[in-house]
Amino acid sequence: MAEYTIKVRRYQPESGEPAYWEEFGVELDPSLSVLDGLLQAKDRDDGSLAVRCSCRAAICGSCGMKINGKSGLGCQTQIGEAQEAADKKASAVGGAAEGNVIVIEPMGNMPVIKDLVTDMESTHWTKIRRVTPWLLPHGEPPEREYIVEPESMVDITQSMACIQCGACVSSCLSMEADPLFVGPAALAKAYRFVGDPRDAETSERLTDLAHDPHGIYDCTHCFSCVDACPKGVAPMDQIMRLRRKAGEHGIEDPNSGHSHEMAFVKIIEKKGTLDESLLLQESFAPGVLGKLMPTKRAIKEMIGSLPTAIRGIKTGKMRSLPKLIPGVHHKLPGGAQDEVKAIYKHAEEHNEEFNLYIKGEEGDEEAAVAAGLEPAGAPGAEEGSNG
Amino acid sequence: MPSHDVLVIGAGLAGQRAALAAAEQGVSVGIVSKVHPVRSHSNAAQGGINAALNPDDTWESHAFDTVKGSDYLGDQDAIEIMAREAPEEILHMEHLGVTFHRNEEGKLGTRAFGGASAARTYYVADITGQAIMHVLYEQLMKYSEQITRYEEWFSSSLAIDEKGECCGVVTRNVADGSMELFQAKSVILATGGSGQIWKPTTNALICTGDGIAMAYRVGAKLMDMEMIQYHPTTLAGKGFLITEGARGEGALLLNKNGERFMEKYAPNKMELASRDVVSRAEQTEIDEGRGFPDGTVALDITVVPKKRIHEALREIVLVGRDFAGVDITREPIHIKPGNHYTMGGVKTDVEGRTDIPGLYAAGEVACVSVHGGNRLGANSLLDTLIFGKHSGRDAAARALRTDWSKPSGKVLEDEQAMVDDINGRAKGSGRRVSEIKLELGQAMDSKVAVFRDEAGITEALETVRRLKEEAKTAYIDDHGQVFNQDLMGAIELGYMLDCAECSCIGALERKESRGAQYRTDYPERNDEEWLKHINLEKTDDGPEISYSEVTITQWQPEARTY
Repeated sequence: MAEYTIKVRRYQPESGEPAYWEEFGVELDPSLSVLDGLLQAKDRDDGSLAVRCSCRAAICGSCGMKINGKSGLGCQTQIGEAQEAADKKASAVGGAAEGNVIVIEPMGNMPVIKDLVTDMESTHWTKIRRVTPWLLPHGEPPEREYIVEPESMVDITQSMACIQCGACVSSCLSMEADPLFVGPAALAKAYRFVGDPRDAETSERLTDLAHDPHGIYDCTHCFSCVDACPKGVAPMDQIMRLRRKAGEHGIEDPNSGHSHEMAFVKIIEKKGTLDESLLLQESFAPGVLGKLMPTKRAIKEMIGSLPTAIRGIKTGKMRSLPKLIPGVHHKLPGGAQDEVKAIYKHAEEHNEEFNLYIKGEEGDEEAAVAAGLEPAGAPGAEEGSNG
Repeated sequence: MPSHDVLVIGAGLAGQRAALAAAEQGVSVGIVSKVHPVRSHSNAAQGGINAALNPDDTWESHAFDTVKGSDYLGDQDAIEIMAREAPEEILHMEHLGVTFHRNEEGKLGTRAFGGASAARTYYVADITGQAIMHVLYEQLMKYSEQITRYEEWFSSSLAIDEKGECCGVVTRNVADGSMELFQAKSVILATGGSGQIWKPTTNALICTGDGIAMAYRVGAKLMDMEMIQYHPTTLAGKGFLITEGARGEGALLLNKNGERFMEKYAPNKMELASRDVVSRAEQTEIDEGRGFPDGTVALDITVVPKKRIHEALREIVLVGRDFAGVDITREPIHIKPGNHYTMGGVKTDVEGRTDIPGLYAAGEVACVSVHGGNRLGANSLLDTLIFGKHSGRDAAARALRTDWSKPSGKVLEDEQAMVDDINGRAKGSGRRVSEIKLELGQAMDSKVAVFRDEAGITEALETVRRLKEEAKTAYIDDHGQVFNQDLMGAIELGYMLDCAECSCIGALERKESRGAQYRTDYPERNDEEWLKHINLEKTDDGPEISYSEVTITQWQPEARTY
């Protein structure tokens, strides 16, 4: 048994008052969860404290919330660990090393209904329905089961493992900037069909999501959703798979998302680091041919991108102007570029999808080796073609 | 007044399957659930779903295993239907998109499960229930024009017309507290079990016996309420489930001396004997001092190859890590029997019909009975789908031949009065609802568990009856309309107490040991006197007991050994 103070962001819509903070003292074993702490406060002190919860075992997806600012499940976060995280956070900015309050808030990117209960319908489920979330096979089903590669089922089981808790949506930075972004949960759901060999609308689904300005190219690779997901679904990885499949299907997206990614890949292969002087041209008019004879669209896109580039230079997010002169970009020291090339070679040789779902936990190399997924000591299961 | 030909209450596997089956018949369907459908407890079913789909397997073998597993209390006509229709249903689920595990040829692959004479459990890693339920929910979204979803609507009372037929239900919109009387020609209860009566339990917080109590209150008979399954592998204290799939994959049960004790209790099937058998074996080891000091025995999963663990038991790796601090790939995990499943429930026939015309029940809320005294692992998902489908179809057929009967508004008035009564109780006027729930859970878990006797059950019953009185004055803190979980909790407490009373009465009445009901004062199975169902019907003086026959088609009761 240990004592904790949980500080809960409360909102009682019928009171006419704005949201406020309230602290509750709770007493429980450190191995019990933050949800257990909340339920103790609710049971003992204030039954009006609203929190969705059901299974207590990280399977129903009800209790998405922010704990010390991090999105996750209340039931999956041990209160002892939450205390450590709160202490670490506080001491990092010069606060006390222990005894800090555990801060609990409703999920982000969603309207709050009451206390920790958010409106998932308007933000989460509407987006899920946006991706036509049901299997679309062609023709009548076979007499028995569809015969498919065993790996394909394991592969999409990673996105089937999603419990629709909304933690990824809550943490999504792209959605903060663009509320219309289809978002990590819905796009992971989309991959569940795109990756399913039984589905016959793969190309249509990919085209739809590539052409949507709020679709697959709206993700900024920030990893927040991967970090937040309590079930190892790694929504961003699913988005990257969608992008790659879109590329494989030769889908020309109006966002130039695919060619922009390809530009990154090409530049890094050549130079080791990002030569931003080449990025625009390679994104919109790739190769020598593109350089010599840019299409009208490419010229328009490049000119259209200039204000962004200028803003980037002004705010220090891009290199200083002299370094943007083509040819000035420095090379990697020594044989480092060969190492980069070796990584590319490895990625190409391992072009088959690494199955992250059955790889096991992070750092569990033994399991990954046993699973025949990667040789011991090889780089992790990173995808080679990401931007 | 919202009206639907068929109204389904509860949106787990049984409810969603029933809604889809009814919609296929061209009727208008509404599905009401107190939580968002994907939060339903069918999620928690990890291991898989049984079907004799393999050409070497037979439905008769599946049926017999189920009959034997039920300790001959299952109705064999119902069991035959379930076993016969299982293969087609699995294929239907596969066609809808369930990502079932494949063998090397790309066909559906199986795993071994307890009490089964063949490996006939189809699965999706160890998230089978979740995987199927999310696929059914995909279908609900697809057919949203035929099926209206009422997500987060809490049902509290069934409406019965002057002919004694069920014609609707009173529900509360959780989001704004408004109460509505829904009209329907057929109502299907699919509200799940009553595991929250026990603490700890593997069951979710929402499993409060709502449908069992609602049906009971309008006069439907309950059956075999004493038959409560304790699952052999749950985490001590917290009640989290470790799938039987772990033992299916080869995991061993060991006592503190490292002995594989199942050799003594089930020399043939060992760890894969029926759940009641394994749970009793574990409890005996623990009671006789061969358990660990924390009142547990060990489940050793380290004998399963690591690759296989990560592929097939992933959820359990997470449960071990997050909730027990144990890496199950490296060390044994401490487990004990824990409350898990309600075999009993609302008495139905094989079409899901209860004693009340127009009222159906399917899934854990119902007692058809396919599980009898003990449910086999991986038969629960099957039960929900098969009898969900039957209920949906029959409820639709009934709706097509039935005229609308207008429910009396009185039921809504009564319900409002009940809510006003709860709201009107002053703080401190009685006990807190949460206190009563805790006391109930502890009493049931100590007295109506793996081993029972008359004195213990009587004590539990007395506690339940006292708590029923105390519940009348129990107060709540939240008097608002929006998302008032406090109020719903008070109503759920009423459901729980009704179910608990019936479970105690059934356990006291059945003076024999059969399946999950093990009476230390009547340690033998007694087919002469007790090869029959115990039915309970509500009266002003409590549940009235009657009996009904067990249907036997081709398997006469035999001694049950594993």
